[in-house]
Amino acid sequence: MLLPVKWLKDYIESNKSARELADGLTLSGSHVESIKFLDNGIKKIVVGKILKIESHPNADKLIICNIDVGQDVLIIVTGAKNVNEGDYVPVALIGSKLANGLEIEKSNFRGIDSYGMLCSLQELGFPDNVIPKEMKDGILILDKEYPVGMNILDVLELNDQVIEFEITPNRPDCLSIIGMARETAATFNYQLKEPNIIISDLIDDIHNYTNGITVKTHKCTRFYSRVVKDVVIEPSPLWMQTRLMKAGVRPISNIVDITNYVMLEYGQPLHAYDLKQLNGKKIIVRQADKDEKMLTLDGNERILNNDDIVIADGLEPIGLAGVMGGLDSEITNETKTVLFEGANFDSRNIRLTSKKLGLRTEASTRFEKGLDPNLCSTAVERVCQLVELIGAGTVVSGNIDVYNEVKKDLELTMRPERCNMLLGENISVEKMLEYLNGLSLKSTYDGKLFHVSVPTYRLDINIEADLIEEVGRLYGFHNIEPKALLGGLSRGDKPYKIKLEDKVKNILQGLGLNEVMTYSFISPKAYDKINLTKDDDQRKYIKLINPLGEDYSTMRTTLLANMLDLLSRNYNRGIDSVYAYEIGNTFIPKNLPVTELPDEKKVLSIGAYGGVDFYEIKEIVEIALSKLGIKNLSYEREENNPTCHPGRTAKVYFNSQLLGIIGEIHPDVLVKYEIKAKVYTAQLDFEKIVELTNLGIIYKPLPKYPTIIRDIALTVKEDILVGDIEKAILKHGGGLIEKLELFDIYRGNQIEKGLKSVAYSIVYRSYERTLTDDEVNKIQDLIIKDLEISFDAKLRS
Amino acid sequence: MKEQLQEIRRLAIDNINKVSDLSDIENLRVKYLGKKGEITFLLKGMGKLSAEERPIMGQIANDVRKEIEELIETKKVKLENEAMKAKLQTEIIDITVSNKRSRVGHRHPLLSTIEELEDLFISMGFKVIPGPEIETVKNNFDDLNSPDNHPSRDMSDTFYITDDILLRTHTSPVQIRAMKQYGVPLKMVSAGRTFRFDDVDDTHSPMFHQLEGLVVDENISMANLIHTLDIFIKELFGEDIKTRYRPHYFPFTEPSAEVDVTCFKCRGAGCPECNHTGWSMELLGCGMIHPKVLENCGIDSEKYTGFAFGMGVDRITMIKYGIKDIRLLFDNDNRFLEQF
Repeated sequence: MLLPVKWLKDYIESNKSARELADGLTLSGSHVESIKFLDNGIKKIVVGKILKIESHPNADKLIICNIDVGQDVLIIVTGAKNVNEGDYVPVALIGSKLANGLEIEKSNFRGIDSYGMLCSLQELGFPDNVIPKEMKDGILILDKEYPVGMNILDVLELNDQVIEFEITPNRPDCLSIIGMARETAATFNYQLKEPNIIISDLIDDIHNYTNGITVKTHKCTRFYSRVVKDVVIEPSPLWMQTRLMKAGVRPISNIVDITNYVMLEYGQPLHAYDLKQLNGKKIIVRQADKDEKMLTLDGNERILNNDDIVIADGLEPIGLAGVMGGLDSEITNETKTVLFEGANFDSRNIRLTSKKLGLRTEASTRFEKGLDPNLCSTAVERVCQLVELIGAGTVVSGNIDVYNEVKKDLELTMRPERCNMLLGENISVEKMLEYLNGLSLKSTYDGKLFHVSVPTYRLDINIEADLIEEVGRLYGFHNIEPKALLGGLSRGDKPYKIKLEDKVKNILQGLGLNEVMTYSFISPKAYDKINLTKDDDQRKYIKLINPLGEDYSTMRTTLLANMLDLLSRNYNRGIDSVYAYEIGNTFIPKNLPVTELPDEKKVLSIGAYGGVDFYEIKEIVEIALSKLGIKNLSYEREENNPTCHPGRTAKVYFNSQLLGIIGEIHPDVLVKYEIKAKVYTAQLDFEKIVELTNLGIIYKPLPKYPTIIRDIALTVKEDILVGDIEKAILKHGGGLIEKLELFDIYRGNQIEKGLKSVAYSIVYRSYERTLTDDEVNKIQDLIIKDLEISFDAKLRS
Repeated sequence: MKEQLQEIRRLAIDNINKVSDLSDIENLRVKYLGKKGEITFLLKGMGKLSAEERPIMGQIANDVRKEIEELIETKKVKLENEAMKAKLQTEIIDITVSNKRSRVGHRHPLLSTIEELEDLFISMGFKVIPGPEIETVKNNFDDLNSPDNHPSRDMSDTFYITDDILLRTHTSPVQIRAMKQYGVPLKMVSAGRTFRFDDVDDTHSPMFHQLEGLVVDENISMANLIHTLDIFIKELFGEDIKTRYRPHYFPFTEPSAEVDVTCFKCRGAGCPECNHTGWSMELLGCGMIHPKVLENCGIDSEKYTGFAFGMGVDRITMIKYGIKDIRLLFDNDNRFLEQF
């Protein structure tokens, strides 16, 4: 919302600067985004009258103007084509400054000295999108005689500022100059002066010009119209054009400009129809037929459906209600008789239509937030007043008003003590009354309660709390004294699961892993990329109806694809090593298609490349889980995970409960992710980890008795797992094996092909006594015998 | 014999002076003082001496022995010191060499910010309550008093899974869940992922993060809200940070406010970063819980009142670390992550 300050001051008396107004309004709830100073540093540009135009002796495209600027008559050479003798134009004198900062000096054009420059609207600081089409490439020709030498800033009211507001969607009434004047009046305790609408000449009768207005849909809550005849279409006066441009609207012609002017002033979108173009001089407001077509003002054909509301004549649509007029009934230079419409439509329909057609206009943005139907007549009357004022036509007597359910003020009450309780302040009844009435909320106080009449344009006020907000914001939230919460102490806390998450993150940080964070939605192609079979359970994913493109279209059932994505990104940026983890949700539907909220299951995903191997990831997992009391994991070879290397992947178990997998990414998958390094991952069920975590630690006394250490080296076949050998060794230990350490695996010359040598150091210790060699030897014998039988192991000597 | 002793002493001193090796000094000890050493040998011949001479010679011999012992010991210590010095000399390393062998991990800046914010509120007596990323339209909009034609419900603003199920657009539905589950009094915060139909650019991401807080009890006022948030903001950004509460609109609070804080860069003086306003805009949204929202959760809105607030954690993280592009938070470039 653009608010030109001089226009605002038509309705309030204030000597506050734009900055002061902006600061005050911000604190009372109208958030200021910027203040634009329109003088733009312009200096020494004055009104000049072109006395004489001569052609340039040395250049066809230049002319020489003699211009009266008051104290002097200047020779100015220009290439402008739209100037004529007798025109009043802005003249930039020697030493002047244009809006873009350019300084004008005396110059010589093909042998003729020029003492200044004629200015266009661009050079006076107006943006291209608001400059009238006919003035786009030419000098600004002033609309009438002004005193020569007069400062152009005064002529165009450029000693002005425009405040830009961000208006919240609940306050469509503030999308207008008067709405903002009302806020300003309330904020600064000014008197609001609304325009006094009087139309003097009332002749003829509207019914002589129309054959009636029929409203066939309840989506149009009011349709108010008046007729103006003997219209002369011409540019509107400069003051009106300047105001429109300042407020961001391009002037078109007097009739259209008046409707836009009043829309900006009151916030009520209006439309003008060329009556001659209305078939049967009829207006019918109805819902569009399915696939009904119409040409809108912008020249586009629109295909409509039943949700759209159209204004039709006897034959066809002439306007898309609340959004844009039709091309056929547009005001043209030939227009003689005009019907003005001030209507009110269901905000939801306007919003849907505007959205569906991708057509957002000044009108639709206002209608879609909801407008006051009582504004329709005021605005149309104001239009008629302005028609008279600028002599654009003659107002015809009478109006046609289709308004079935007249909207009335809402009567509310407010308790002063409730108001003070909610705000936590001690505001007097007198002040409350002042604030409410200052906002034009007609209020009385009966000694106990405020009785408030809420005007129909305040769609946002429906309950007591809404009134309390009004009091609060005028009192100023910034004036409320902060007060500590009372009441008993409360214990701050976070759930066990989040605490464990924090703990795991700290452990993994200590182990050198970086925490990453990836999107909850992934591409359906990701499931192909990680090689999942067609019937893999992870393909039972939830799809978004309206994703932001395919890459964001499914709710992930795995974190692995995101991990590989980011590892690939890092790898291809030349980063030689990454160790990363993410704890995040996967989304497991209870049924498909989805009918209820899915399970959101947390997964711990680890991924690494560059100097890492399977055993390091395994160690990281073991250390991290051991810190949660999950120790002595067991592993099972996993040959069927489609994403992973069949020979280098393991399922991880704790007490026969599956926690997840650890593995090397399959070379086929790596090709798809364009990674030329080996990548390792762990994917662990974090919900299960939470379930199994045992943070209790019971101290174990330090040993008092010495150890006996025995080393053994065995040769076994390649496919024997050391994990199985270790299980066998421990089985015979009788609880006396304190530590079992695999210190070497050897393959090579000294060993037969297909075999490997594994060497263990076994540490024996009892907590009750000193062990003897004999009992250890007995255990060793049992172990070796078992290994020989079970694994065909040969003891190396 | 006395002469012999004197001779041994002279030779010994000479030899000790000459010795430069630790093993040689041990040899000297054996040579003179050992069981078969020269002095021992000489002393064995003491028996031939007269009773008068014996104690005198014994005294001399002991003196010589003691002197040699001391000389050897002194020399030994000296040589040992020299040897240690020489050894240390050979072990000199270039201490400017960096040989990166230990790895340390890094927390993601946004997620550690969430943890920090949560901990701050925990210290103020708030409970952390998590909520799901996929929500019902009822929790995300209806029960939060969002008008049913509100543009935020549109497909162009919100991601839908079905007509009734969506990706939550804010963390506020956790308010509804918490009030329904725990009732009053309640003092909670909730942080997490939120989703809106925004194309990715410097400041937008279809997934972002919020932290939401709520207090419901008897006699909770706007003044309490301001007090609580002021403490939080000062804890987070420093004692010199000022706040400004501007009236605003949210469907689920009434009155509603937005909180600006003094610009982090210029601390309020005005700079290009803050458009010369001195304020960093819209850090938080807050307000008194709308009576309808309380009623929707089965709470008597006459008896109980409450306040709620919410903030964008991505923005707070970006302000805190001077990050200008939100995409960096989701890109996971190792060189970015290792800065935190």
